[in-house]
Amino acid sequence: MSNLDDFLSPESPTWCPGCGDYTILKCLKEALVTQGLAPHEVMVVSGIGCGSKVPYYLRSNGYDSLHGRALPVAQGIKLANHALKVIVVSGDGDSMGIGGNHFLHAMRRNPDITHIIENNQIYGLTKGQFSPTSPKGFVTSTSPDGSLEAALNPMVLGVAGGATFVSRTFSGDVRHMVETLVRAMKHRGYSVIDVLQPCVTFNKINSFKWYKERVYDVTKSADYRPQDRKWAFAKALEWGEKIPIGVIYEDTSTPTYEDQVQVLQEGPLAERDERERPIHWRVLAGEEKLKRAFC
Amino acid sequence: MITNDMTIKIGGEAGMGVESGGAGLTRALARGGLHVFGFSDFMSRIRGGHNFFQLRAGVSEVFTFAEEVHLLIAFTKDCIERHRHEVAAAGAILYDEALGVDPESMPGRGVLACPVPFSKIAVETGGDPIMANTCAIAAAAGITGYDFERIREVLEENFKKKSEKVAAGNIAVAQAGYRYAKEKYSAGFKYRLQAIGGRKTEDRMILNGNQALAMGAMAAGCKFIAAYPMTPATSIFEFITAHASEYGIVSKQTEDEIAALLFAIGAGHAGLRAMTCTSGGGFCLMVEALGLASMSETPVVVAEVQRVGPSTGFPTRTEQSDLEFAIHASHGESPRIVIAPATVEECFEAGWRAFNLAEKYQCPVIILSDLHLSSHLQSIDKNRLDFSKVKIDRGELLTRGDLEKLRDYKRHLVTDSGVSPRAIPGHPRSVYVTTSDEHNEYGYAVEDAETRNKMMEKRMRKLETAAREDMRPPLLYGDPDADYTFLCWGSVYGSVRESVDLLGKRGVKANVLRFADLWPFPIEKARPFLERARHLVVVENNYTGQLAHLISRCACVEMDTKILKYSGRPFSPEEVIANLREEARIHV
Repeated sequence: MSNLDDFLSPESPTWCPGCGDYTILKCLKEALVTQGLAPHEVMVVSGIGCGSKVPYYLRSNGYDSLHGRALPVAQGIKLANHALKVIVVSGDGDSMGIGGNHFLHAMRRNPDITHIIENNQIYGLTKGQFSPTSPKGFVTSTSPDGSLEAALNPMVLGVAGGATFVSRTFSGDVRHMVETLVRAMKHRGYSVIDVLQPCVTFNKINSFKWYKERVYDVTKSADYRPQDRKWAFAKALEWGEKIPIGVIYEDTSTPTYEDQVQVLQEGPLAERDERERPIHWRVLAGEEKLKRAFC
Repeated sequence: MITNDMTIKIGGEAGMGVESGGAGLTRALARGGLHVFGFSDFMSRIRGGHNFFQLRAGVSEVFTFAEEVHLLIAFTKDCIERHRHEVAAAGAILYDEALGVDPESMPGRGVLACPVPFSKIAVETGGDPIMANTCAIAAAAGITGYDFERIREVLEENFKKKSEKVAAGNIAVAQAGYRYAKEKYSAGFKYRLQAIGGRKTEDRMILNGNQALAMGAMAAGCKFIAAYPMTPATSIFEFITAHASEYGIVSKQTEDEIAALLFAIGAGHAGLRAMTCTSGGGFCLMVEALGLASMSETPVVVAEVQRVGPSTGFPTRTEQSDLEFAIHASHGESPRIVIAPATVEECFEAGWRAFNLAEKYQCPVIILSDLHLSSHLQSIDKNRLDFSKVKIDRGELLTRGDLEKLRDYKRHLVTDSGVSPRAIPGHPRSVYVTTSDEHNEYGYAVEDAETRNKMMEKRMRKLETAAREDMRPPLLYGDPDADYTFLCWGSVYGSVRESVDLLGKRGVKANVLRFADLWPFPIEKARPFLERARHLVVVENNYTGQLAHLISRCACVEMDTKILKYSGRPFSPEEVIANLREEARIHV
C-alpha cells in the first residue's frame, strides 16, 4: 500500500499559476495510490516541454528524455523490465509533432504502457507557437496570419492506429481524470489518454471556460459502446460544440507486445540470471554450438 | 606446380549465386585445412548488374586479398570483359560453354580458356539451371585437383536444409562439373589446391567481422538489441536475432534508427546490456540519443559499420569516413568511447569489451567497423575466439546487497573518476530520476552555474580515467627499427600488414602502427611509437585522412605521407606499395 506522501518530491513545480499540469500531477499521484503502487514500482518517462517536467515533481523512478522521444525510451525500459508500471507523460508537440512516428508505431505494438498526452494545443515552453493539435487559422508568433494546417486529433489517431485503449479527460474535472487514469493504467496494453488542458499563458482561445462549456462524459451516453471500434471512431471525430471525454475505445483481447515475446515469459529480463550466475552463462554454455555453425 | 597459394574470382549477375557459391568454395577449402580470405563486391540491387566474389587460399593465415587472379570463374561474358586483365600468366578462365565466348578473346599470357557446360550440366543432371554455380565451384575444385569430398560435404550441409532432393541434385551436378574440369583441364593447369592432412575439419572457423562482433556481444551477456536494417550492419542484427530466443535476448526492430538507440538506452537504463547496430546514415539519426546517453550516464553500445558517404553514398561499398563524426557526434561536449577493430578476431573482442567499457564508464561506446571488415570471410582457428577468456566488468553497478544498505542515493554522485555508483531502477531505496537536462547529483534539473560546472567536469573526467586505465596503445607489427611506419585503423590493416611483409622481401624496412582504441585518444601511450618513427605514412579509406587529423591534434605529430582512397574499394597490398612509391618517391 502507498499513500500520497510517498510520491512527494523535494522539488517544487515551475509551472505557471493555474496551469493544467498541476491537476495532472495531482491526479496521477491519486491514481497511483488508488492502485496501491509504490514509487519504486513505477517508471515515469517524459519528453521535453512544460508537462514533461512531471518526473521531477513526482517521486518515482523517472526518466526525462528528449523532445518527442519518451515513447521509444519507455518501450525499451518496459521490454527490459516489464514488472515496472511504465507511464509516458508528454505534450501534444512531443507526442504528435516531433514524436509522431514513435506514436504511430507504439500503437501497432501494444506495449503495456500508459501514455498521457498533455494537450494544450500550443507550444508553451517556447512561448506560444502553433502545435500539431492547434486548429486551422490559429494565430501565434509563427502563424501570424493563422495556421494553414489542420489539427491532428489524438483520439482519431488512436482509434485508427490500433491503440487498444483510447480515452480523453479534462484538467478541469479531477474526479474524471483520476478515474480515467486508473482505468487506463489497469488496461493491459497501450492506453492513450488525451488530456485537454488550457495553457493559461499562451492559449487564449482554448481556455478553462471554453472546454467547460463543451465537454461531456461520453461514458454516460445511452449508446456507450467502447468495444465497438466504429462507434469509437465516430465519437473520436466529434469536436466542436460538443467534445466527448471518457474512455471511447477499449480492446481487451489483443495481447500486449511483452506477452508475445517468448524470452519474457519467464519473468522480467532485468531481474533474471544476473543474481546467481554471470550474465553470459547461457552463451558460455552454448559456445561449442555457436562456433560449430562456422566450421 | 604452385600448390596452395592462389586467388580465385567468381563473377556474374546478382541472383546467379556468385556470393553463395564463393562462400561454399571458401568453406570447402577451409575444411581441407587451408587458410582463406574471401570478400564480395556487390551492387545495391537484387538482380542483374555485376557482382564478384574473390577468395585467396594459402597455407598460413591470410589477412587480405591479392590483385592477381589465378582462376577466374565467369557466369557472364561481361565478367570476362571486366576481369580478364587481372588473370595471371598461365592462369585460367572457367566459363559457361553456353556463353559462346570466342577463345580468341582470352588475354594471352598463356591464360587457358576453359569452357564448361555449367548450365547444361545443371539442367541435365540436377534438373534446375540455378545449380550452375554449384557446377562452377566444383569445376574449380576439379581443375585445381582439390579433394571432391570437401565440396560434397559443404553442399550437403548447405542444401539439406532445403531438402534431401535439392542436396542430392547439387551433389550430382558438382560431381559432373568436377569430373569435366578435372579430365579436360587439370593436366594443363599449374595451380593446385590440396587439402592438408592431419587436421580436424572442425578446428577452423570461417566467419566475417559482423558475425564475430555479434558473437562477442552475446558472449558479453548482451540481452537487448534494437535496430533498423541498414547495410552493412544488418547481419549483426540478424545474427543476434536468430539466437535471441535460445540465449534469452530481446531483439526489436524499430521504426527508425532514432527509436533504435532510444530503445537500447531504455533497456540499458533498466539494467540490461543493450546495443544497436547501424551504418553511418542510421548513426546520423542516432546522434541526438547519443547525447542523451552521455548526459543521463546510460551504458549503451552502438556498432557503427561504415560505408561510403555522404548521404546514401555507395550502400554496398567500404569506407572509413566516420571516425571524426563518431568522436564528435551530438551537440555540446559529451563523453563517449570509440574503438575500431581491424580483424575478425578483434571484432569478437570489441563485441564484448564494448559492454564492459560502457558499464564501467556509464556512457555510449561506439564500435567503428567498416564494410570490408564486416563482410569479408576469414578463416581463424576456433580456439582464437575463446569465450572463457571473456571478462565481465559491470563497473560500479550496485548489487542487491548494496541497494539494501543505500541511504540518500545520488545517482550522479560527483567522484574523482567521474563514475557514479549505478542502481538499476526497481528497488525501494534507489528511486531516482535522471534527465537530459543538466542536473544535480540526485538527477533533478538545475540551472545554477556551480552545479553545471561540477557535473560537466565529472562527466568529462570519465574520458581522462578511460584514457589512463583502459585505452590501449597502438599495436606495432614489423621491425621496430623501420624506415617507413604505416599508420592505419580498421580493415585497412590486413593489406598494410601484408605490404610490410612484401616490402621487407624487397629490402625496404617498414612496419605498421595500428590504432584500435581511438577515443579518448591514448596520447601518452601512442607518443613513444610516433616519436620513434622516421617516416610516417597514414593509409586510410577516406578523403581527408581522419586518423592523421586525430594524431595531429592530439599528439602534434604530422604525417610525412598520406595514402587515401575513397572509391569504395578496399586497398590491396600491391596498391599500398604503389602509392608509397609514388607519394614518398622511393624505389620499390
